[in-house]
Amino acid sequence: MPGVIALRDAFLSAIVALGLFGPLVGLVTVTGDHGLALRARPIATAAVVGMVFFGRLMILAWRGQSPRKTNRALAERIARAGKYITPLLLVAAFALPFTGSRYYIDLGTLVLTYIMLGWGLNIVVGLAGLLDLGYVAFYAVGAYSYAILATTFGLGFWTCLPMAGILAALWGVLLGFPVLRLRGDYLAIVTLAFGEIIRIVLINWVSLTNGPNGITGIPRPTLFGLAFSMDGGPGTFGEFFNIEPEVIQRIIFLYYVIFGLALLTNWVSLRLRRLPLGRAWEALREDEVACRSLGINVRNTKLTAFGIGALFGGFAGAFFATRQAFVSPESFTFIESATVLAIVVLGGLGSQLGVALAAIVMIGGLEVLRDLLSILGDQLHSPFFGDIANELPLYRMLIFGLALVVMMVLRPRGLVSGRTPGVALTKTKEIAPELVAQGRG
Amino acid sequence: MLSVTALTMRFGGLKAVDTLSFEARAGDITAVIGPNGAGKTTVFNCITGFYRPTTGTIVLTHPDGGTFSLERMPGHRIAAAAKVARTFQNIRLFAGMTALENLLVAQHNTLMAATGFGVLAVLGLGRYRAAEAAGIEKARFWLDATGLTGRADDPAGALPYGAQRRLEIARAMCIDPVLLCLDEPAAGLNPRESEELNQLLLRIRSLGCSLLLIEHDMGVVMRISDHIVVLDHGKKISDGTPAEVRADPAVIAAYLGEGEEDEVPA
Repeated sequence: MPGVIALRDAFLSAIVALGLFGPLVGLVTVTGDHGLALRARPIATAAVVGMVFFGRLMILAWRGQSPRKTNRALAERIARAGKYITPLLLVAAFALPFTGSRYYIDLGTLVLTYIMLGWGLNIVVGLAGLLDLGYVAFYAVGAYSYAILATTFGLGFWTCLPMAGILAALWGVLLGFPVLRLRGDYLAIVTLAFGEIIRIVLINWVSLTNGPNGITGIPRPTLFGLAFSMDGGPGTFGEFFNIEPEVIQRIIFLYYVIFGLALLTNWVSLRLRRLPLGRAWEALREDEVACRSLGINVRNTKLTAFGIGALFGGFAGAFFATRQAFVSPESFTFIESATVLAIVVLGGLGSQLGVALAAIVMIGGLEVLRDLLSILGDQLHSPFFGDIANELPLYRMLIFGLALVVMMVLRPRGLVSGRTPGVALTKTKEIAPELVAQGRG
Repeated sequence: MLSVTALTMRFGGLKAVDTLSFEARAGDITAVIGPNGAGKTTVFNCITGFYRPTTGTIVLTHPDGGTFSLERMPGHRIAAAAKVARTFQNIRLFAGMTALENLLVAQHNTLMAATGFGVLAVLGLGRYRAAEAAGIEKARFWLDATGLTGRADDPAGALPYGAQRRLEIARAMCIDPVLLCLDEPAAGLNPRESEELNQLLLRIRSLGCSLLLIEHDMGVVMRISDHIVVLDHGKKISDGTPAEVRADPAVIAAYLGEGEEDEVPA
C-alpha cells in the first residue's frame, strides 16, 4: 500500500521538522518587563511543519510517477546544453553593464571575482586533486602585494598585477615544498593552517600591513593611463573622451577588468588541460603511483599546480584590493576559502562551466534570494503570520544551505560532472563521472 | 643488463628479500617465479624505486654502455633516465582518462621538453604541435600492437580486464624502456588472451627491450622465458633455463609440486 507508506514517511518527516523548527521558529525572545522573555509562535511553526509534510508527500508522489533518469543520460544532456549555455553566459556577462544598474554591475563584479577564484582553485582541487582549504591565503597575498606596492612605491595597477600574481605563486610554491608529501586529509589540514597563518601575520605585522586597521587609499586602475577621477581634469577618462565623469564609468571599467581576468584564467586552464602539464595533473589525481612509475616528477608537477592556482588567486586578490581601495585581514577569513571550495565542488571538480554556474548560483543566487524573501515578507504582513514576515530574509542562509544539500544529494559529483578528454584519435567522447577519480592529494 | 647483488629488504623484523643476487641479460625474457609471499614483488619494487633496499646493489647497464645504480636513484628518475618501465599486479591505469591519454601521459617528459616551459605551448607557439603529433603516432603504434586502436577514445576504466592489462603494457612501452618489468601480466587472463600476451611479449623482446617478469602462469613462463629465477622465502633457490629449473628438485619441492609436470606444456 504505497499510499499508507507515503503518509507514514511524510508524518515522520513532519516530526523531525517539528523537533528542528520547534525551537528555531516556534520560540522567539522578546524584551519583557523583567529582561528577556520567551514567546511561543504555534501558527508559524505549524505552517513550516505543514510545508514539510505536504512537501514530502509531493516529492514521494513525483518520484513514484517519473522513472528515475539514468545519470549518464542526464550528464549527456547537460554536456549538450553546455554548448549553448557557454556562449549565452558570455554574451550575458558582456552585456550586463549596458543595463546601467549599479546594483547589477556590482553583483556581477562580485560573481566574476568568485568565478575567477573558483577557476584558479579548480586547477589545484579539480585537476590535480589536491584538497586545498587555504586558498584564501593566495588571495590575501595578492591583495596585500598590490596594496603595499601601490601605497609604498606608487606603482600602478597594471604594473603591480603581474607582481602580485607572481608573489602569490611564489608563496604557493613555498607552501607546497613542505606539505606536498602529505596526502588527503593531512594536506587539507595543513593548507587550512597556512591560510590562518597568513591572516594572523597580516594582523600582527603592523609595520608592514597596518595590522587590523588595514591599508587604505589603494589607487584605482587606469585605462591606458586614463584615470577615472571625478574632477574631470587633464589625463582623466572623462576629459579624454570629453564626457561628464560619473562613478558608474569606473564601476563598468572594473567590471570589464575582472571579466577579462576571469577569461584569461579560463583560457589558460583550458589550454593547460590540453598540454602535457595539465594531463599530468589529471593523471596525478587518477593515480600518483602510476605517475611515478612513468617517470613523472610528482613533486614538481604538484608544485606547478599549486603555483599556477595561487597565481590566479593573486590576480584576483590584486583586483579585490583595487576595487575596494581598502584591504584588511578581515576580508581573508576561512569562510572565503570554504566558499570558493564549495563553488568548485558544487560546480563539478574540473569543470570550467560548472564552476561558473555554481558561482552564479552561490553568490548571485544568495543575493536574489535575499531580495525575493524581502518582497515575500512585505506581502505577508498580516496578523496571521505575525513578525515572521519581517524575519524572512534572515532565513536565507537556512534555505540556501538546504538547497546545497538537496543539490549534492541529487548530483553528488557536481552540476557538470563529466570529463571531456583534451585529445582524441577519432572522436571525443564524454567520460562518465563514475570513472573519474576525485583525488586524495 | 641488470645485475642484482646481495639485495636485502627488511620490513621491521621481516626479511622479505634475503641476500638475493641474479643477472638479467640484455635481450632476454627473465622470469622471477616462486610461491606467494616469496618476495617477488618486493624485488620489483626495489628495482623500480618504490622501495629503497636495506642493503645490496642493483646496477642497470644500457646497451650504449651507460650504467645506473638503481638503488640510489629517486623513483621517477628510474623511469625517466634509467628507462625502466613497470606494470602493476593490480592494474593501475588512469581510469578516468582515455586509452590515448594514458599513453600520452607516459610520454610526459618528452612532450614536456617541447613545450618551452609551458609558456610557448600555452600561447600556441613553438614546436609543441609537432611533438604532440609524434607522441600520438607512437601511441597509435602501441595501440595497434595491443589491438586497442578501436578503443583509443574510450576511458581506460571502461575497458574489459584483458584490454586493461594490454593497455598497461602499452603505456609502459611508451616511455621507450630498455627494461620492462611486468608484475603478473597474465593474471586473470583466459588461455586465448594469455597466448596473445605471449606474442606481445615476444614482439617487445624482438624490438630490443629486455623483460623481467613475475608470473604464476607456468604456460606463459615456460614458453617464453629465456631464463628463470626461483625465489622462496626471499632467497634464490634456483636459477637457469626453463628446462633446468623444471628439473630442479628444490623447485619442485617448493613451488611446482610433484606430478604437476605433465600439466606444464612443453
